[in-house]
Amino acid sequence: MIRVSGISKSFGDVRAVRNVSFEAPDGKITGLLGPNGAGKSTTLRILYTVLRPDEGQATIDGRDVVEDSLAARQRIGALPHGAGLYPHLTARENIAYYARLCGVTKDRVDARVENLVNLLEIGDFADRKTKGFSQGQRTKVALARSLVHDPKNVILDEPSNGLDVMATRSLRELILRLKDDGRCVLFSSHVMQEVAALCDDIVIIANGRVAIDDSADGIRKRTGCEDLEDAFVRAIEMVEPT
Amino acid sequence: MRTLLTVFVKEVIDNFRDRRTLASALIMGPLFGPVLFAFVINLSIERSLDDVDRTMRLPVIGQDHAPNLVSYLRSHNIEVIDGPESPEEAVAAVTTGEHDVIVIIPASYGEQLAGAIPARVELISDQANTQADRDARRVRMALHSYSQEIAAIRLLARGVSPQVLRPINVDEVDVSTPSGRSAILLGMMSYFFIFALLMGGMYLAIDTTAGERERGSLEPLLSLPVTRDQLMLGKIVATCVFMAVSLMLSLCSFYVALRFMPLEQLGMTPNFGPDVVIAAFLVLSPFILLGASLMTLVASFTKSYKEAQTWLSVVLVAPTLPILIVSILTLRPKLEFMFVPSLSQHLLLVDMIKNEPVNLTHVAISVSSTLAIGALLTWICARLYRREGLLG
Repeated sequence: MIRVSGISKSFGDVRAVRNVSFEAPDGKITGLLGPNGAGKSTTLRILYTVLRPDEGQATIDGRDVVEDSLAARQRIGALPHGAGLYPHLTARENIAYYARLCGVTKDRVDARVENLVNLLEIGDFADRKTKGFSQGQRTKVALARSLVHDPKNVILDEPSNGLDVMATRSLRELILRLKDDGRCVLFSSHVMQEVAALCDDIVIIANGRVAIDDSADGIRKRTGCEDLEDAFVRAIEMVEPT
Repeated sequence: MRTLLTVFVKEVIDNFRDRRTLASALIMGPLFGPVLFAFVINLSIERSLDDVDRTMRLPVIGQDHAPNLVSYLRSHNIEVIDGPESPEEAVAAVTTGEHDVIVIIPASYGEQLAGAIPARVELISDQANTQADRDARRVRMALHSYSQEIAAIRLLARGVSPQVLRPINVDEVDVSTPSGRSAILLGMMSYFFIFALLMGGMYLAIDTTAGERERGSLEPLLSLPVTRDQLMLGKIVATCVFMAVSLMLSLCSFYVALRFMPLEQLGMTPNFGPDVVIAAFLVLSPFILLGASLMTLVASFTKSYKEAQTWLSVVLVAPTLPILIVSILTLRPKLEFMFVPSLSQHLLLVDMIKNEPVNLTHVAISVSSTLAIGALLTWICARLYRREGLLG
């Protein structure tokens, strides 16, 4: 369960996020939708604690991301945008490294890695060095890596970026599986169709502000647009740039 | 502690897999010193041998006018050969570099000598040419001593002791030992050791911040439920280990290289046995923590791998500065110097190579002050790793 209330973040004069609030419940997929530069990544980075909010509060299962960041991180699996792997290590070693860092005991590391290799169906290339992996392979390994400590909340920043149709499809199945496990999944995207196909709740962000927070049907109703893309554009227009 | 160990093991494996980087760190660094050194030493041996043993060919014009002088020169390992015909040609030959030195004995030589008038001998050389100047000096010395001999004979013939011409006799006593003399040349060794040490960990230090950031692996790493201090410390420890290995390799390669350098011919016997190798390692090892944390610190301010490389090359050269200043001013080891990292290690090392007793107070200050600065820099690194600006 991720709860965000009134967070703001500025970089110098640029106000990246302004008074953003939303909730992402367990067992649901919440999509953070918005054009490039809307503040999606900044919001997510605050949630997985690499940035501190200037104002407001965010909690992961009740743990404050600033005050209790270690406990909050314990409950998050994060896949940052363009997450990189260690090119000289194999996929398995990359995952095992994170497992050990997260405190998985020595005798259970192999089993845990094997588990994730099967879950993400990366067995074919798990023992190859990750140098030269395709974007799809890399994303899957990075995702497996972020799940080593079996987090209740999963945050994915534009996970489908640069993936082909097949890879996108298998990623979508994976996200649904995470939801079925009862996890809270929060992911960002700038593709309306993708979000609509997957999400139970959609938070549309533009200019650092929340434009609409509703289900796909709710958004259609409130914007008065049948077509989701039109609804998206309409919602963004509702937030006047200042 | 577990986290630290995990990071450490991963960094070591990662670095070992990167063959090219490893090669440059652990082969280039330690070998650079000995190779350069062997080159310089052999060159200077060649040169000094040159001076004494080489038979020099000297064109002399008018040899018939001074047969005694010519045979004197020959007995001093100077082979007298026929030169150009005239003095004008001789000047031209020296100017063009055809000959380095030419001696002209005028026809009046014999007459002047017999009349006890200073007999004129001309020596043509180009003093701007250092190579030629050494030959000219040799000829000048030979002519001078020949002149002295004649003077002595003349005085004796008049019943005067030649000693009246030597009111003062200077006896030089050189207190330098073969080990001491080698310290002058081998003083630069200490820099090679520090260079090798830093090279060994440079790539890892870059990788810790700039490298991870550029690869995009820093952000996922920082979002793990792990304290950042431990991540940073694990990386610094790994950097330290690579620096230590590189330092040891460098010391050993010097040890081997010195066996093959004919240093005795230069009047040097450096005190650089296995015991000194170990002592030198111990004296230099506090610098490892300082080097690792300094490099990590500098790299954390840079935006990219390339920028980090540029800045770290500056760090590679920085430790020479105090060594250079002290060498130029030829300062003796003082207590205050022991507070300066790199300089204190250099001075202690020079003492060891000279086979002089090493002042234990100096060692204690050098070790503790270098470690203290290293610890301070490590602490700053850990602080910086907590900044959000780290992500760039």
